[in-house]
Amino acid sequence: MLYPSLQRFPGDPFADFDELQRQMERLFSPRGSSSIRAVQRGTFPAVNIGVTPDAVEIYAFAPGIDPKSLDVSVDKGLLTIAGHRKGSVPDDRKLKLNVYSRERAEGEFRRVVSLPDDADPDRVNATYRNGILHISIQKREASRPRRIEVKDTR
Amino acid sequence: MNTKQEIVKRDTTSPSEVERPALIPLVDVTEDDAGITLTADLPGATRESLSIRVDGDTLTLEAPLELGEPKELEAVYAEVRAGQYRRSFTLSRELDSQHIEAALKDGVLTLRLPKLEKARPRRIEVRAV
Repeated sequence: MLYPSLQRFPGDPFADFDELQRQMERLFSPRGSSSIRAVQRGTFPAVNIGVTPDAVEIYAFAPGIDPKSLDVSVDKGLLTIAGHRKGSVPDDRKLKLNVYSRERAEGEFRRVVSLPDDADPDRVNATYRNGILHISIQKREASRPRRIEVKDTR
Repeated sequence: MNTKQEIVKRDTTSPSEVERPALIPLVDVTEDDAGITLTADLPGATRESLSIRVDGDTLTLEAPLELGEPKELEAVYAEVRAGQYRRSFTLSRELDSQHIEAALKDGVLTLRLPKLEKARPRRIEVRAV
């Protein structure tokens, strides 16, 4: 019984900290290995990636951006979304402003998404609507599942 | 014997609005002499679906997240997993909740909550006697 302090008992004031530490560990080191390009939660912009039989669909949640200033590029199987977001709080010291919260991300951002092998970089379509950047990448023809006919040569 | 079923009455009503998981939109809040400016990130919200409610001294922002995704879409990686934004704020009494101005552009909501006329800071003149 070398570490009696580690035993938990009812009313233990440190039980909450233990639980918090466990939760943090679960968050930052998931069971499986994650992509080497995986980012921390809360990175701007957040992305959702999905697939249909014909295409790979990427949704980046990036409100308040001028689509003309967005830099979307595909290179060697990597999709890069980069740009700049202006914050809402002006920097002018002359204005007497109390800033109570500044949760929204501002400044330069860059996200890189690894595309599956069958995504065709020549057929990419990107649209920006209601603050969501939707990138649609068609899959290569050759990689769609194809039925092979077995000839009867008996 | 039907008594068992009567005693155990399960609540089969669908979860109320409050129980459904919702995304918390990030906000910037600043205050100047004339009022408070609140800027909220609500990507996927539209003017028609956005709801801004003032109930007593509570301001609630709510909006569904509309992606317009194709039906056969299979998620591979999702950092945003709820379909609804919701966040509430407690307003203080000097804010004029009757004259809130709101604008939504590219998923960014800008709310202007002016202060009541009588609550604005004023200089007190000191009379020379």
